[in-house]
Amino acid sequence: MPDNMTENRMENKKLRVEDKETGESPNAINSNLKMTTRDLDFYYGANQALEKISLNIEVNKVTALIGPSGCGKSTFLRTLNRMNEIIPGTRMEGEVKLDGLDIYNDIKDVSVVRTKVGMVFQKSNPFPKSIFDNVAYGLKVNGINNKSIIIEAVEDALKRAFLWEEVKDKLNHNAYMLSGGQQQRLCIARALAIMPEVILMDEPASALDPISTSKIEDLIGELKKNYTIVIVTHNMQQAARISDFTAFFYQGQMVEFGVTKQIYTKPLKKKTEDYITGRFG
Amino acid sequence: MAVVIILVMLAIILYNIVAGGMGIISWDFLSKAPEHGMEEGGIFPAIFGTVALVILMVIFVIPIGVLSAIYLQEYTTPDSKITRMVRIGINNLAGVPSIVFGLFGLGFFIGFIGRGMDTFLNNAQGPTWGQPALIWAALTLAILTLPVVIISTEEALRIIPRELKEASYALGATKLQTIRRVILPQALPGIFTGGILAISRGAGEVAPIMFTGVAYYLPYLPNKLNDQFMELGYHIYVMATQSPDVEKTKPILYGTVLVLLVLTFLLNFVAIMIRSRIRMRRVDA
Repeated sequence: MPDNMTENRMENKKLRVEDKETGESPNAINSNLKMTTRDLDFYYGANQALEKISLNIEVNKVTALIGPSGCGKSTFLRTLNRMNEIIPGTRMEGEVKLDGLDIYNDIKDVSVVRTKVGMVFQKSNPFPKSIFDNVAYGLKVNGINNKSIIIEAVEDALKRAFLWEEVKDKLNHNAYMLSGGQQQRLCIARALAIMPEVILMDEPASALDPISTSKIEDLIGELKKNYTIVIVTHNMQQAARISDFTAFFYQGQMVEFGVTKQIYTKPLKKKTEDYITGRFG
Repeated sequence: MAVVIILVMLAIILYNIVAGGMGIISWDFLSKAPEHGMEEGGIFPAIFGTVALVILMVIFVIPIGVLSAIYLQEYTTPDSKITRMVRIGINNLAGVPSIVFGLFGLGFFIGFIGRGMDTFLNNAQGPTWGQPALIWAALTLAILTLPVVIISTEEALRIIPRELKEASYALGATKLQTIRRVILPQALPGIFTGGILAISRGAGEVAPIMFTGVAYYLPYLPNKLNDQFMELGYHIYVMATQSPDVEKTKPILYGTVLVLLVLTFLLNFVAIMIRSRIRMRRVDA
């Protein structure tokens, strides 16, 4: 295990050296990079959950995070919009940048970070309110009170989430009346309504049936035209289908990162290959 | 077996009260003031006083109790020393005998705050606030019922799914916005339960109000916060122990007990209706 760690640390260093060779200094604002993390460590109390994660997230691409349960991929995802801050007893080191700005230091208001980096959760979690109020919630808490603007934004968000046709006649119904798949798309619409630039998805389809899942996957393919998407998934076929880049996490470290096709066909690391071929995890 | 015993006992008590009190209940009894040294007439001032007392108490106890519960549940870490101390304090408060609350109310509210207000406002013509009054009795009852409200509100806050709070935060909401728009609406049924329990507890208590505001007999209805008032529970106590002719007041006594029971049940029933309506609305609407 310790050998493993040093090996991975060296790999990370190598990656960074390669960055420099291609003229991409990690700190430069690269127009293709929407978000970057550098040497990200994360601790739950004394437990280290993430170790030196450095990852580049390209704009208008889908980046998938895969790995066995407890490998830190969800924790990593939640550092990208400072959601871990609401968990007491946690600590983070390293930097996370959005468009070249450190979201922990340069952007003081956490609300601003979270409106730019939206999130969709594993379990669909609509509020016990009407469909309309669910989508309007993010607008209202961010100080938008103009009714016609809200109505327009809600319709637009529901259309982008491919939900409008199904719910346009029952916007005042409680969101819990919707099916599981519809609820998850409602949560996506809710995230879209506040015009984020990046959307984080934490296993958004893991609790859904195959038809709903494929709808979500189609939606992701559509959304990446306008948004940058980072998705955590347990389902490797799903990651292979929808993502452009894949990062493989194992025991708090990022073992391998690359173009999805390469990760699935010619992984550089033995661990990655073992995981993808189903030998563990 | 135990259930049967309890039910039988309850039935005997209820039968006894209903049989003894039913005969005297009439519109006059409910709407008139006591007459002839309480041997005749009605109990309207006592009903009025009880309702006013309980409403005031709820106005005091709900905001304080709910804010305390929100603070404990949302703003402190559960294992911190302060939280544990506060929790121990709440549990002990719930176990203090009610007569002690009465003495506390007399000493703190009337003796300290009331007198203080009198001095501050420079009342020349004797005490206006530094004497037993409706507001002090209501505040004393509010402290007595505070643990009930805190505990049931906390219970309601605890079962709110973490996912809902996270959804709110992830949309850029602040903590206050999340509490106001997501957490409080979800906790409403629990807050109502706390209110119900506080009312049932408060409406039946006599000891805490004995020193702090209740009157043996008043020829008028209270219309100011610093008026004294009559109260059903205390009225029962007075008639049972202070009446010159117990046999003569017996029907009135039974009637008063019946009214107190019905009133408490009614208040509970209304609160339960409101609560279930909120629950229904949450599910369908």
